[in-house]
Amino acid sequence: MLKVDGISRSYGDLKVVDQLSFTVNEGEFVALLGPSGCGKSTSLKMIAGLEVPDEGSIHLDGRDITQLSPGDRKLAMVFQSYALFPHLKVEENILFGLQARKVPKNEQKKRLDSVVELVGLGDHLQKKPGQLSGGQCQRVALARAIVAQAKLCLMDEPLSNLDAKLRNEMRTEIRALQQRLGMSVIYVTHDQVEAMSMADRIVLMNDGKVEQVDVPEALYSKPKTIFTAQFIGSPPMNIIGSGEDCRGIRPEHIEISEHGMPASVVSCDYHGADTIVLADVSAMGEGQKLIKIRYPGHAMFAPQQRLAIRWAPENEHKFLV
Amino acid sequence: MLKRFNLKAWLLLLPALSFLIAFTHWPTLKSIWRSFTWARSDVAPSQFVGFENYQLLLEDPVFWKVFENNFWYAVGTVPTSIALAIIMALWVNSKIRGTSLLRLAFFTPTILPMITVANIWLFFYSPQIGLFNQLLALVGIEGPNWLGDPDLALSSLMVMTVWKEAGFFMIFYLAALQTLSPELYAAAKLEGASAWRIFRKITFPLLMPTTLFVLINAILNAFKLVDHLFILTKGGPNNESNLLLYYIYETAFSFLDSYYAATLTVVMLATLAVIALVQMLLLDRKIHYR
Repeated sequence: MLKVDGISRSYGDLKVVDQLSFTVNEGEFVALLGPSGCGKSTSLKMIAGLEVPDEGSIHLDGRDITQLSPGDRKLAMVFQSYALFPHLKVEENILFGLQARKVPKNEQKKRLDSVVELVGLGDHLQKKPGQLSGGQCQRVALARAIVAQAKLCLMDEPLSNLDAKLRNEMRTEIRALQQRLGMSVIYVTHDQVEAMSMADRIVLMNDGKVEQVDVPEALYSKPKTIFTAQFIGSPPMNIIGSGEDCRGIRPEHIEISEHGMPASVVSCDYHGADTIVLADVSAMGEGQKLIKIRYPGHAMFAPQQRLAIRWAPENEHKFLV
Repeated sequence: MLKRFNLKAWLLLLPALSFLIAFTHWPTLKSIWRSFTWARSDVAPSQFVGFENYQLLLEDPVFWKVFENNFWYAVGTVPTSIALAIIMALWVNSKIRGTSLLRLAFFTPTILPMITVANIWLFFYSPQIGLFNQLLALVGIEGPNWLGDPDLALSSLMVMTVWKEAGFFMIFYLAALQTLSPELYAAAKLEGASAWRIFRKITFPLLMPTTLFVLINAILNAFKLVDHLFILTKGGPNNESNLLLYYIYETAFSFLDSYYAATLTVVMLATLAVIALVQMLLLDRKIHYR
């Protein structure tokens, strides 16, 4: 449905987005994931038409929209700051786009009623954004995007201004809404948990380039690059060795047992459900000297304590550096 | 504890307060008192005459003339300079090249002293050698006597005032525009709103607090700014371009009637106070403050 083909954008000498290509299918939730400054927001702006790519093309439903103005693309967008009009009532905020596009009044009313029902804003229609909480503002922004019934909805870190508890709730809610309405969504985030839990597919970006495009499970279990391996998962994957013999193993796949490779404890970090053990494996040779082990439950190993560690061979990843 | 805090607060207020009382409140009270008195000459003791001065004012055709002039002067300059200020601010706020030069150009009239400005415009308006008439002569039109013609004198003053004021008000609008989030505009554009709709539904309403501030100042200035009259017309011809404050000045220092001047002053103050009050009450409820 949406086809992004080799778009690039530079600011001066800095290439922010470099030959980015990916597609979004009908009804699909695609996350643009990556660390701060990787160019994901700029990419979204180019799709929205708020920035013009230096090269490449963007097609929506087979139509070239690369040079189209934002209003002509008929997309909806949820902004990080919500971008609600502070002087307009919630109702006017939601209907702003429909009024601009001259949708008939009765149709406006019908859509407003259904969207208000969907996001649960019934009591707040006559309030102004300043009188609402962060979560409620988020719902208004969401309602404004849904009411447009756009082909594609863009979301730019929509949850990053909410507290942790609310963020978890909204995550589930947005995903449920998206599936119920069959919306196509591009969701920009730097939070891997958001991407992994919400998206059908993830476009992982690094330094303006695509690192890997895959379903969440594949990104976790079959990372193609060390960057992907270390970006997805927490704590990040341990990389042992170098060159031809570069191997990765996730902290949660390492077992502490009777027999195995020698390691000595550096420190322990108790997280509640599990403990992250930092261990020195310099005995194993080159590469990373310290690795992290996720140990289920509470375990307090004394520093310098000798451990034997092992892992199943199928959990080991090979990389070429 | 509370008492000591109060004392400190009053001490801190004292410098500003003493100036305010000495140069604003006391003269105001004195003027009000003076407007109810009269004396035969400078040396004679003044005596209380009640509303006699006000009676005189109501029957004074020159007062009504300058009051009417001032009304049209405000009507002619305030909306125009505000509209121009908004347009200029929107222009220099956009992402085009050379905006800092434009900003400077628009702001120049404001930093020039009014007397200087008036002298420049005196040259523009001069009947034969003036810039306007020379330009008109190029296309074969004989220009009018801008400042000497009773029908044109006040309008000519208005044009200069708009030129002087618009740049000043632009600065306030520019400052207000720069506090507006670019994401609001991005959102509005994505929703398919036209540039005019964005201005009407978003920019203009969000600029309303600035507009109220500018409006009050512009109207006050329409009554306060008379420096250019000294250079350009001296209120003439036949009071056609005379304004209230200049008439007060004439009454007090040319005709040396400080009692009647005080009466005129009180009327002017009352007029301005009423205008400011009405604006605040009418507009305040409609304005969105952040």
